[in-house]
Amino acid sequence: MLLVLEQVLNGLQLGVMLFLLAAGLTLVLGIMNLVNLAHGSLYMIGAFVAAGVVRVTDSFLLGLLAALPAAALVGMAVEVVALRRLYTRQHLDQVLATFGLILFFNELVRILWGPRALFMDVPHWLSDTVEIVPGAPYPAFRLAIIVVGGAVAGFLYWLVRHTRLGMLIRAGASNREMVGALGVDIKRLYTLVFGLGAMLAALAGVMAGPIYAVEVGMGEPVLIVAFVVVVIGGIGSVRGSLVGALLVGLVDTLGRAFLPTLFRAFLAPDTADGLGAALASMAIYVLMAAVLAWRPRGLFPAHG
Amino acid sequence: MARPVVTRLVLWGALVLLLALPPLVQGLGADFAVGVATRVLIFALVGVSLNLILGYGGMVSFGHAAFFGAGAYVVAILAQHDTQGEPLVTWPIVIDGTQSALIAWPAAMVVSALLALVIGLIALRTSGLYFIMITLAFAQMLYFLFISLRAYGGEDGLSLFARSAAGPLDLADDVHFYYLVLGFVLLALWIKRRLVASRFGRALRGIRDNERRMQALGFPTFRYKLAAFVMAGAVAGLSGALIANQTEFVSPSFLDWQRSGEILVIVILGGMGRVYGPVAGAVAFLLLEEVLSAWTDHWMLVLGPILVLVVLFAKGGIWSLIERGETTDG
Repeated sequence: MLLVLEQVLNGLQLGVMLFLLAAGLTLVLGIMNLVNLAHGSLYMIGAFVAAGVVRVTDSFLLGLLAALPAAALVGMAVEVVALRRLYTRQHLDQVLATFGLILFFNELVRILWGPRALFMDVPHWLSDTVEIVPGAPYPAFRLAIIVVGGAVAGFLYWLVRHTRLGMLIRAGASNREMVGALGVDIKRLYTLVFGLGAMLAALAGVMAGPIYAVEVGMGEPVLIVAFVVVVIGGIGSVRGSLVGALLVGLVDTLGRAFLPTLFRAFLAPDTADGLGAALASMAIYVLMAAVLAWRPRGLFPAHG
Repeated sequence: MARPVVTRLVLWGALVLLLALPPLVQGLGADFAVGVATRVLIFALVGVSLNLILGYGGMVSFGHAAFFGAGAYVVAILAQHDTQGEPLVTWPIVIDGTQSALIAWPAAMVVSALLALVIGLIALRTSGLYFIMITLAFAQMLYFLFISLRAYGGEDGLSLFARSAAGPLDLADDVHFYYLVLGFVLLALWIKRRLVASRFGRALRGIRDNERRMQALGFPTFRYKLAAFVMAGAVAGLSGALIANQTEFVSPSFLDWQRSGEILVIVILGGMGRVYGPVAGAVAFLLLEEVLSAWTDHWMLVLGPILVLVVLFAKGGIWSLIERGETTDG
């Protein structure tokens, strides 16, 4: 039972990180209608900047404070230089151009930080464990990720629902031309949204640093999973992203933890482990295929 | 259909060059170039297959490497069972491994076609971005499946002891292999030209341009798209069988998503919906890769922005540049 609780928490933690990435993706997709494969590069840049700063200053907070604006600046620069021209293009063009950007950023990071993976320590003030229920210690850092992710989700909800910026974002998602015609500087709004998405991606990257290795190409696997989340949740819907992210996080984590054991009940241990691991890594894609077969526009189809 | 002068000149020139390439480069003492050219042709073939669904059917598949990699794995797995003397399947019927190209390569095509059938049945229910993502998802599924298959090398991949046996042809000889691949590419191009001009091809283009109208005209559009998807999968499987023979090695990286991206790039770079576009695209992309990687280790730093520029400013790809010449001449 305690094991299940721990794995559920791990699943939530993964889900929250995926949500941070997926929120930016789905906003950019819903409002600018842009498929941005290079979103994972911003996650990577966030992680590398933070790892670099932590190595010099030995302070996780400084690393975080450096990474967020750095990624936002890079994101906005990319938007202004290249991506802005792609908003009216087909998805195919966008996929290709941002694929090119991934190659560029991966190589750039390799030149700047070298080909080897960096390691980031868990900040010492979060290196303890917390007993949520007696007898079940859980790493405080992972718990902190869940808390931060929950707070960001709340913040985004407030931003989108109760601020002028959020109103413009929602209006932009349903009718771009109209918002422009009403005198809103739509270009600046787009750049701003892009910067916000980049910052969320970097936040995910920084928090991923101490858990996974900080290495070139770290953005792509997680980006693909984030796209799965966006598609499951329904393109353009932040709420859908949250539900999708938690669902994907839980399915992936619980699948990896328990599928092999489950198969051992009726298969030889060797086969069971192999089959269980294979199915576990395929589980989220099966989930996505099932959701799309059932609701071809995702769980929470946004307007438009 | 008489083709304009420039296009015809380019096509015949390219054909002569491709036929004369092995003796030519061997005369120059650059034998390795035969291998490079074979690789280019194999990628041209997989590009041709993607072009059928992407260029003519309007289906943006971001998972084409799945069929490519599956074909490669079929050849490698059959060869491994043959060398180890263990049957592949013992129940309900015994299927032995084989190294014969006559069996393994068609098997690769059949397996890839079946995969395409299953994936197509689900993926073609969606469209637009959802289609892009669901094809990608299926490719990822297969990628992780092969990573977890420890019996077949898992993440490290699988080496072939030799190229497939193909009757009188000695595939271990790079020149023989080159001409065989060239033959496949020419055959595929010929079939594709016929196909595109046929009723089926016209219907497919109609679906690309306006699916709803084609439905209203009574065309079973889903079946048309599925048929094209399966054909493209089969040809991609053949390309995979060829690449497994060329490198004598397969690994999950053959079907990772970057590979799918590269195949897309080859088609777009060459010119979507142009029969010969993917060949031009494969030549350009792989040669660019060769040249840049010889020049600097950090060649991707250059390649990435080039891709962005191509997308932004060179719509229609290389082939449209060639055809642009024809308006002045013809």
